[in-house]
Amino acid sequence: MKTFALAGNPNCGKTTLFNALTGATAHVGNWPGVTVDKREGVYKFENKTKKGAKNGSENDINIVDLPGIYSLSPYTPEEVISRNFILEDRPDGIINIVDATNLERNLYLTTQLLETDVPVIIALNMMDEVEKSGDKINAQTLERALGVPVVEISALKGMGIKQLMERAVAMPAQRKGSTVLKGALEKQLETACAYYENEGVSSPLFHALKLLENDEIELERKGAKAVLDEAAAGEDLEAVIADERYKFISGNLAGAKVRAKREGLTKSDKIDRVLTHRIWAIPIFLAVLFFIFHLTFSENLFFLNGFTESQGWMPSLVDLGLASEADGGVEYNNFGVEILAIFYDGAVFSPGVILTNFLNLFLDHISSGIVTLMENAGAAEWATGLIGDGILGGIFAVLGFLPQILTLFLFFSLLEDSGYMARIAFVLDRIFRRFGLSGRAFMPMIMGFGCSVPAAVNTRTLSDEKERTATIRVIPFFSCGAKLPILTAVAGGIVTAFGVGNSDLITYGMYILGVVAAIVCVLLMRNTSLKGETPPFIMELPAYHMPKFKNLMLHLWDKTKHFVKKAFTIIFASTVIIWLFSHLSFKWGYLPDGEMNNSILASIGMFLQPIFTPLGFGAQLGQFGWVFAVAAITGLVAKENVIATFTTLALCIGAYAGAGTEDGIEELSGLIAAITADTGISQGQFIAGLIAFIAFNMTTIPCFAACATAKAELPKGKFKWTLLFWLAASYVTGAMIYTVGAWWWTLFIWLAVIAAVTTFIVLRNIGKFDIVKIFKRRKKENKE
Amino acid sequence: MNKLLSDFTVGESGKIVKVTGEGKLRRRLFDMGVTPGAELTMRKKAPLGDPIEITLRGYELTLRKTEAACVEVELSGGKKQ
Repeated sequence: MKTFALAGNPNCGKTTLFNALTGATAHVGNWPGVTVDKREGVYKFENKTKKGAKNGSENDINIVDLPGIYSLSPYTPEEVISRNFILEDRPDGIINIVDATNLERNLYLTTQLLETDVPVIIALNMMDEVEKSGDKINAQTLERALGVPVVEISALKGMGIKQLMERAVAMPAQRKGSTVLKGALEKQLETACAYYENEGVSSPLFHALKLLENDEIELERKGAKAVLDEAAAGEDLEAVIADERYKFISGNLAGAKVRAKREGLTKSDKIDRVLTHRIWAIPIFLAVLFFIFHLTFSENLFFLNGFTESQGWMPSLVDLGLASEADGGVEYNNFGVEILAIFYDGAVFSPGVILTNFLNLFLDHISSGIVTLMENAGAAEWATGLIGDGILGGIFAVLGFLPQILTLFLFFSLLEDSGYMARIAFVLDRIFRRFGLSGRAFMPMIMGFGCSVPAAVNTRTLSDEKERTATIRVIPFFSCGAKLPILTAVAGGIVTAFGVGNSDLITYGMYILGVVAAIVCVLLMRNTSLKGETPPFIMELPAYHMPKFKNLMLHLWDKTKHFVKKAFTIIFASTVIIWLFSHLSFKWGYLPDGEMNNSILASIGMFLQPIFTPLGFGAQLGQFGWVFAVAAITGLVAKENVIATFTTLALCIGAYAGAGTEDGIEELSGLIAAITADTGISQGQFIAGLIAFIAFNMTTIPCFAACATAKAELPKGKFKWTLLFWLAASYVTGAMIYTVGAWWWTLFIWLAVIAAVTTFIVLRNIGKFDIVKIFKRRKKENKE
Repeated sequence: MNKLLSDFTVGESGKIVKVTGEGKLRRRLFDMGVTPGAELTMRKKAPLGDPIEITLRGYELTLRKTEAACVEVELSGGKKQ
């Protein structure tokens, strides 16, 4: 089977063409060693032979989609991948997609591709848009100038694709590299070419030109430096070559393109005027962001039920008599009401919540169906517990995130495909540069408020590896949707038990704390372990496009497959282990939920309890304090579990008697009262410890789903350090909050420590403080 | 009159004379079409004053002022918007 590579600039319609060529056969993986998408698929010829039988698979063509690139320079992973694939894997041909609306810059890459010995065919894409704007491009003239086939297509409308592929397979298998630069650099090129031909390298012309461009990869070859010095003779050939390429392009474009007269602003310009307006850009962006989160997570769509609880006027289903309160939950009168509850219960839900409810209803019925079936068949209690709560419960808890993750993905893909995302980076770059990041880092961070999983995947838009690592590490600090219940429950528990404070204020403060922690940690990493120059910000601002429905859906389908695969492997294994630990005693006996306090997990919690003493929720909380350690551990499965564990354990140890509540506030308040009675701990210290507990959970290792994603997205070997980073960050944050909260004067100690660390790092980075050097100098002085 | 791109005001245009800067940055500028001889027009500044947006070779490019300081341009016209 022949293999063709698709190469072209970003935003030239490459993905659209790839989808049109390969359809359902496409699959996405990663290029070895880097987190850049590798798409592959098969193009099937539909031509029938005269007998009416379809041609066999020997006529099918394997299509590899190379990442979008502007050049084949050695500086970005995308460019290196493309270069290696073309030169080393030697495809049977390159389909170079060229955006006809932006011919000049797109052909720059073409001139480089032509220098390889691989056959090239040019797909002149977006011809329909060119015609609409009144311009004309003569494909024949272009074909004559470049010496390779040029086919006009519209990937979006599926025009010209068959002709493209027919001409592609008809290309001769052998081709000799050609360059547009012969005239200007003939002598230098001869010298370099002779060197590579001597070395027996394929595509000598390509290598020779790269060498003359001062290319890092070429200079690694033995003897290459000498050849370059001889050929260049001190001249700056890099600029000459780039200039000559563009000169050739504009020279030959003159004959191929006829521009229509243009008046006034294009539609894209008009949109841009508003969206990047000097004053309105930031408010518009904030509003867009608000609506995205609102439509994904809100349980009170468009504030139809008022802005505050006291303004609420919509009756709940219980108020309407369609459901009744039952033990720990709500019982619906019939299946119809259950369906209604997906959309409305006391307020209208947002699309994201509706999808979640729908999936959860479905999963709940599967889960309870299987459990009932097992019970009827007389299965042991531990077996139904393991299957129902452990396995199904674990997987479904993770799958339950999927609708909201996908809704969030959909909106952010819309922003990306429409071209707005690039403008957001443009608007916000100024702020992010201060922290050693580029404006692009903003998107993944803000997505973190929704869910860390799509946020970590979104870091792929960052080209700098260190920037990407730093961003992935701080994403969990942007408190996700699942952490909110921890905040409200503990804050509510504090207010109920002690009768002080304001739970909204505590919750809000914790969000701010997360952002501050993220900023501090990014600054710290960018100045120590992930030091590096602020990545450059030289970016194309593509014209605004209407996003394509089909592309969006394919994109979402990829993400779904990826996530579901994760849910059934690593996440599944981890949840089962935690369930086993929490339901087994040391004698391997099964414990029902109500006896979790005798489980292995409880013992681990008691063992770990002293570790949390400096954070205020360890030894000082006495015999019930281990509950906090256990809750933190179960939070690893999903952060929702933290509060669920509290409610279960509060009942187990008798700190709270009565029906369970959904938000866990009553249980927590009961637990707090029990601990206070038991240890006589002072109110101030206890509150500080509880707030430290929230802060710890917010900044510590995120849930398994997020960990699995982070591991996949981080560069190799960085994941274990990331885990350590999360532990250290949360421990220090917790300790700081506890000590300062309990004894306010410790603030000065912390400030002194922070000042000392900052001074040390700054001095070290400007080279004034080098321990080895100081030591040597001392030695020297002593001798004298 | 020659002027650094970082000192441009909105609406000014000109022809690139020289591109400086270290290897990687310079190469990136070349690859995006910022080469001596190319014509460019300053389109706008971001709301916070930096980065800037220019039109070049028929498309829109954004870069920071620090990067624009590597580009020397011969001023040809300044149409105030």
